Amino acid sequence: MRLLPYGDRGLLVELAGTAEVVACTDAVRADPAAAALLLDVVPGARSVLLVARPGIPLDRLRSVVPDEMVVESPASRPFRPVRRAGAEIRVAVVYDGPDLAEVARQTGLSEAEVVAAHTGTPWRVAFGGFAPGFAYLVGGDPRLRVPRRAEPRTTVPAGSVGLAGEFSGVYPRASPGGWQLIGRTDVVLWDLDREPPALLAAGATVRFVAVPA
Amino acid sequence: MVRAVGGPCLVQDAGRPGHAAIGVGASGAADRTSYGLANRLVGNGPGAAALEVVLGGLEVEATAATWVCVTGAPVPLTVAGRAEPTGAVLALRPGDRLRMGTPASGLRSYLAVRGGIAVAPVLGSRSRDTLAGIGPAPLAAGDRVPLGADGTGELLVDAVPPTSYDGPVVLRVVRGPRADWVADADRLVTTTWQVGAASDRVGLRLDGAALTPAPDRGELPSEGALRGAIQVPPGGGPVVFGPDHPVTGGYPVVGVVVDADTDRLAQLRPGDPVRFRWA
Repeated sequence: MRLLPYGDRGLLVELAGTAEVVACTDAVRADPAAAALLLDVVPGARSVLLVARPGIPLDRLRSVVPDEMVVESPASRPFRPVRRAGAEIRVAVVYDGPDLAEVARQTGLSEAEVVAAHTGTPWRVAFGGFAPGFAYLVGGDPRLRVPRRAEPRTTVPAGSVGLAGEFSGVYPRASPGGWQLIGRTDVVLWDLDREPPALLAAGATVRFVAVPA
Repeated sequence: MVRAVGGPCLVQDAGRPGHAAIGVGASGAADRTSYGLANRLVGNGPGAAALEVVLGGLEVEATAATWVCVTGAPVPLTVAGRAEPTGAVLALRPGDRLRMGTPASGLRSYLAVRGGIAVAPVLGSRSRDTLAGIGPAPLAAGDRVPLGADGTGELLVDAVPPTSYDGPVVLRVVRGPRADWVADADRLVTTTWQVGAASDRVGLRLDGAALTPAPDRGELPSEGALRGAIQVPPGGGPVVFGPDHPVTGGYPVVGVVVDADTDRLAQLRPGDPVRFRWA
């Protein structure tokens, strides 16, 4: 791992992979000293950005970075994830997305096998971002790793279920997007009248379930 | 009561940091110095909501007696037809109209009303996040703006000197975490940049030079972002993130404007020159 200054208010913790990002974010949030030092913790794909409260020097943020996160080489020591009790969130999906055939072609699976792979393992929310309520899900079947579309769509409908790299995700509202779309859901991911508004919070487990159209 | 608006007029407060994990950014007043000053002058608490007005043009009518103050971009100001200075605590009687002209310099003016603006908060803040579409909608003529009870401080100061935003702007910048993703990061501090027309609260576009991507870097995994971060997309024209920046970004950040200097960024107009120096 490297610690990189991000201006005078941020410290970027560079990590080996998404699993380390989830573990580091959990550990920082669980640290009772962190709240007094940090304004926010921003998980990314390979990093966690620690945002200092006004007047807190960056040096003091180093104290909340867990030691076992310090990865000198990509062959990092195993991390110890913070176990969280949390219900598994079931997301019912109609698997008729416009990129389902293309994902099947790229992965060498049949369309039914893509669906079986997507529903076959629980996913975990690694981090949010991109849009309110959007969650990057990890831990799925490694056969489903496909690149983003070469040409992003200008509009992706709300509820679209997509794949990109190691991630799966559901678009909370209509937006531009470059993920490969394999299905759609009616589940509401973002509702400001709900507490919390985001259905999929960091650390939550998600199970996709195939339903007929 | 809003009678007329010119440029975008948004409710802003100290923002809603702490929600990055659910994809919601900090938002909040773009020029926190001017926003905070206006609140202090009318005796409001530090997080009271105020109006952020781009290039003046706002006209409001008081429906009850109150105290107000305008800071930031120095707009020509009238209250009930009388010329009044910015930076001064002004009494409004019911029916009085306050009008803002076009500021001689700067971009954003702040109108604080004693008691603060009491629209319903979203995730603990009344700020409008223009990227996420969260918080109160931009104000339009005919809107009634509810006032709160946030103003319990004494009115200790009558007026402060108005701020001018003339003169050369040189902002301090810290070398960014991905400065080595461009071949010529020092061009950031040797170029006189011009603020691009497509600048807003999400980001300030800089015209003037293109930074050259370092060879064989590939694609950067998305990472967290902060206001003041200077991103360089493949096209090469830098973008400086404003208060409504995306929570994460996928382009290399080659520099980060020192936090205290980001308030001055918020007063730059399209076409204004700006320079940076390494902090």
